[in-house]
Amino acid sequence: MLRTRLIACLLVRDGGLVKTTAFREAKYVGDPLNAVRIFNEKEVDELMVLDIDATALRKGLDYNLIGKLAGECTMPLCYGGGVQEIDQIERIIALGVEKVAISSAAIMRPKLVHEASVRVGSQSVVVVLDVKKGRWRKKWELFIHNGTKPVRRDPFECAQEAEENGAGEIVINSIDRDGMGSGYDTDLLKRMRQTVKIPVTILGGAGSYEDIYALDQEFGPLGAAAGSLFVFKGKYKAVLIQYPSEEDKMRLLAGRVISQN
Amino acid sequence: MIAILDYGLGNIRAFFNMYSRLQIPVRMASLPADLEAVTGVILPGVGAFDWAMDRLNRSGLRVPLEEAVLHRRVPVLGVCVGMQMLGHASEEGKLPGLGWIDGTVRKMEVSDRLPLPHMGWNAVRPSKEEGLFKGLANSSFYFLHSYSFSAAHPEDVLAQSSFGQDFASAVGRENIFGVQFHPEKSHRFGIRLLQNFAQQSC
Repeated sequence: MLRTRLIACLLVRDGGLVKTTAFREAKYVGDPLNAVRIFNEKEVDELMVLDIDATALRKGLDYNLIGKLAGECTMPLCYGGGVQEIDQIERIIALGVEKVAISSAAIMRPKLVHEASVRVGSQSVVVVLDVKKGRWRKKWELFIHNGTKPVRRDPFECAQEAEENGAGEIVINSIDRDGMGSGYDTDLLKRMRQTVKIPVTILGGAGSYEDIYALDQEFGPLGAAAGSLFVFKGKYKAVLIQYPSEEDKMRLLAGRVISQN
Repeated sequence: MIAILDYGLGNIRAFFNMYSRLQIPVRMASLPADLEAVTGVILPGVGAFDWAMDRLNRSGLRVPLEEAVLHRRVPVLGVCVGMQMLGHASEEGKLPGLGWIDGTVRKMEVSDRLPLPHMGWNAVRPSKEEGLFKGLANSSFYFLHSYSFSAAHPEDVLAQSSFGQDFASAVGRENIFGVQFHPEKSHRFGIRLLQNFAQQSC
């Protein structure tokens, strides 16, 4: 049986790891390669590394770091950030990364998704959609460039288009839940699940392992991603990499809640 | 000495690091001479079938690889698309495969409830807990694929997994092996399998 993937999502800025809140207030967390080694030991299901400045600041891709991360990971790696061209996608895959996340380019130039799926295969093409639902708003809005630039497009339409173009996975990232620990936006997930047939991963809002458990109960198997939950401990957000053990994971996903902290 | 075939794609560095940590002699093979005097070859693969076959065909490594595998009988382990390349053909592409193991690659058939690609950690049930799967009776590995190997001879299936229906997660015949999952990305289970492969090789 395929089980829910617990994905650790790490953000990179200037070659260092950071964690944001609502896409702002980036706090330095540590060295990415060191974090990968710790996640290896903890046998994390999957790792997602997003370079949050690469597109917004028009920086080139740090292939050196990407290659080192891919070589160090004993678990699958998804890289995202600054991916605009098919050549970049091929190069990232050739470096040993399993999946490439495309965000703004997938929204602005949907053909790139098609081209990528033909060249490197659907299974390696991930489309990340950053969405925000204000407290009083009824609809989810789509953003690019680190949540700074709104896009007048419906996120669900975009997801459907990505699926038609051959994307292998959709990651929905709730901007307003980022770093809040207030729980996942399950309405968003439900809506996305009704929209596409390819695997959906949700990111943003996980505050406890219980949140993941509840998600698995309702939607599993799926991708449950989290950042803060796996890198911070306690209300003062002390940096501490943590992740459920294999036994805890089995228990967690088999239906028994485990507590954290 | 294990050689990791470097034809421009796949997780060659991840394999290299795993073998280095196991203190098993390993080298990247990007030139024909790199395949001389090796005791095992890893054939990695990611991406689409034709893309991978095309890169192998144009790498200048196909002839020395065939020489090693088919004539010197050096053990080879195809990984993911590398396993699929062992067959005659794939529904994903037009190019012929290596044809080393009798079978073809087909798109997986799943119900509406199960999404493709088959992505994530799944149980692998070896038919015998020996060889490649020594010490791996109860194991799970990371999968990422939409196509799977349909072996012509059931005895070539070394392990099965289930996603909607059973499929071959590992095949093997004589010195030729293939795994659909990613051992280089499956933590301790993968490390053990790569170690087992190296032991077959000496």
